[in-house]
Amino acid sequence: MSDETNKGLQSAFRRKLLMGMAAIPAMTMLPRASFAQTPATSAINTTGLAVTDTEVTVGILHSATGTMAISETGSIEAEKLAIEQINAMGGVLGRKIKVIQEDGASDWPTFAEKAKKLLVNDKVAAIMGCWTSASRKAVLPVVEQYNGMLYYPTFYEGLEQSKNVIYTGQEATQQILAGLNWIAKEKGAKSFFFVGSDYIWPRTSNKIARKHVENVLKGKVVGEEYYALGSTQFNSVINKIKLTKPDVIFTDVVGGSNVAFYKQLKAAGVDLSKQALLTISVTEDEIDGIGGENIAGAYACMKYFQSLDNPNNKTFVPAFKKMWGEKTVIGDVTQAAYLGPWLWKLTVEKAGSFDVDKIAAASPGVEFKGAPEGYVRIHENHHLWSKTRVGRAKLDGQFELIYETADLVEPDPFPKGYQ
Amino acid sequence: MFGDYSIGDLGSIFVMQGFAGLILFSVYVLMALGLAIIFGQMGVINMAHGEFMILGAYVTWMTSSFFQSYLPSLFSGYFFLAMILAFFASGALGMLVEWVLIRHLYKRPLDTLLATWGLSLMLQQAYRSIFGAREVGVELPQWMLGSLHVTDSIEVPINGVFVMGLTVLITIAVAYIMYKSRWGRQVRAVVQNRIMAGAVGINTAKVDRYTFALGCGIAGVAGSAFTMIGSTGPTSGQLYIVDTFLVVVFGGAASLLGTIASAFSISQTQSTLEFFTSGSMAKVMTLLAVVGILMLRPQGLFALKVRK
Repeated sequence: MSDETNKGLQSAFRRKLLMGMAAIPAMTMLPRASFAQTPATSAINTTGLAVTDTEVTVGILHSATGTMAISETGSIEAEKLAIEQINAMGGVLGRKIKVIQEDGASDWPTFAEKAKKLLVNDKVAAIMGCWTSASRKAVLPVVEQYNGMLYYPTFYEGLEQSKNVIYTGQEATQQILAGLNWIAKEKGAKSFFFVGSDYIWPRTSNKIARKHVENVLKGKVVGEEYYALGSTQFNSVINKIKLTKPDVIFTDVVGGSNVAFYKQLKAAGVDLSKQALLTISVTEDEIDGIGGENIAGAYACMKYFQSLDNPNNKTFVPAFKKMWGEKTVIGDVTQAAYLGPWLWKLTVEKAGSFDVDKIAAASPGVEFKGAPEGYVRIHENHHLWSKTRVGRAKLDGQFELIYETADLVEPDPFPKGYQ
Repeated sequence: MFGDYSIGDLGSIFVMQGFAGLILFSVYVLMALGLAIIFGQMGVINMAHGEFMILGAYVTWMTSSFFQSYLPSLFSGYFFLAMILAFFASGALGMLVEWVLIRHLYKRPLDTLLATWGLSLMLQQAYRSIFGAREVGVELPQWMLGSLHVTDSIEVPINGVFVMGLTVLITIAVAYIMYKSRWGRQVRAVVQNRIMAGAVGINTAKVDRYTFALGCGIAGVAGSAFTMIGSTGPTSGQLYIVDTFLVVVFGGAASLLGTIASAFSISQTQSTLEFFTSGSMAKVMTLLAVVGILMLRPQGLFALKVRK
């Protein structure tokens, strides 16, 4: 018996030895190969960021709790997917991305505090984060003071530009104007009724839309109404809409109010297959709560729909569902959040450095050909060139693509004549 | 603003707007009734009222999903069962909360505010962990969607009529329980003089527990009904809490009639102003009016004489 054990040990030893010998040629080749791919840390990180020979740390800063968790969950999921895919491809400059996730808890001062923690304590190379404009405005002074890099995914009102922020969603003119042009041409629309939630984004967006309707399309805005965030009663404004009979209802109602608005619109007998409605605030995510039967027929104007038929999107959607479940839906902002880590990786590789100053300088002109929405490119003003699309909501909660701009639309965060 | 419209148009809009006001009135009464019982009769400031409503909404959502998967043939009637389940789910949770938390705080009414606010945060996070952060869509049976076509320009939303009917029913039931039943008499006795009520043999602890549970149960039914007109998510309850307190405080804390009168005046003011001005302006003016009246009449519209 002792002999047998001995033999077993011997053969195990021999096996290991053989394997070890087989690995020798590979070992001698490895260092050379990795030297070529991974530059020395000291050369690509001169400002003391959390970059080691094998890892680079990136922060994710969204609300996982509180009111905004409804919207921000999708962004967190998309960013994690992108980072996992980048790591599977070998990481950035040979370094795997390590994520530190912080919870902004739907509270703007908390966002600022956590951003500071990520930049000062964790020394993250970039932050993927924020969702509402309020949270971005709270974080902006922090990333500027500590020279961080923020990738911000939401479509927003514009009127902002920073060396330290890359805006991967659309700014207002980019999102709105093409949609208005399309509906004016396609439906011969002349009169518009605006309904929005009462805060900065809908007010700024509607201001831009009004100027465009009045000055460019020579149409008329027959009503403009705002309801406090969280309002659940829209019967009066629906009556006003019925009275003024606009060609188009243009809406940017957000959050829980959205659900109430469309349910009541449907209940009041407004048939969206006959009454044109153009929204800039309803993505597939929102339809989950609204219910496809309540909004089918409405038009939405943004840059991405889950149903887009292109090769990138056809690999993106299954990958997303595989990671986060068959039932999850992907809205415009979720897709924009997915772009963040990729654009950062491409920029770092272009700059050949993790230094924030070099990334900020190298960002303009960075192209991402693998974007689910199709080709995108970073503009000098740190926003993205992207196409604008109009989709029509279907019963199953998906959008059917109706129209897309022929070319990429230039981002214009400070639009002349619209302020 | 009326120059361009025909008399017929104006007439039908007047009717429609009247309905809009009535629907708002029913919604207000429904959401305030449960709180009126808890706040009015027991003096407990229940900041978690909205979360009890949302529990009812989630119960409705679960019932609808269950029926869709297992009993699709009975789907058109699931809503009635859902409302009953919502009542018992919220009521049971209310009973538990009263036993664990509220009963220790009856002598410190202001502390109930803090305790129930904490409770509301805990419930929100619990919903988020259990049901997910995203809103859920509650599918309604076909007959509850759409509107009744009266004339070409007058259309009455079915869900609005449903809420109105439900409100009337629940108000009558509550009025009966509070003013006609033996148990209601005990509740009122406890409200008027707790010590004397105890002395004549009323089990005040039990009365308290059931009163709280009843209030929460009605909140659950309201939440269930509101899946027709609003959203169902972890924080949706917050959308109702301010309006609810407004209605109850304005009406006079201890009076059901006051709650109804206040819901009526606030909803009519609000919906009329919404029509003539705009949504946010209407809210401001309504709140100003309420504040003004409360300054003149701090006890609210109707006040009950209570031996302090």
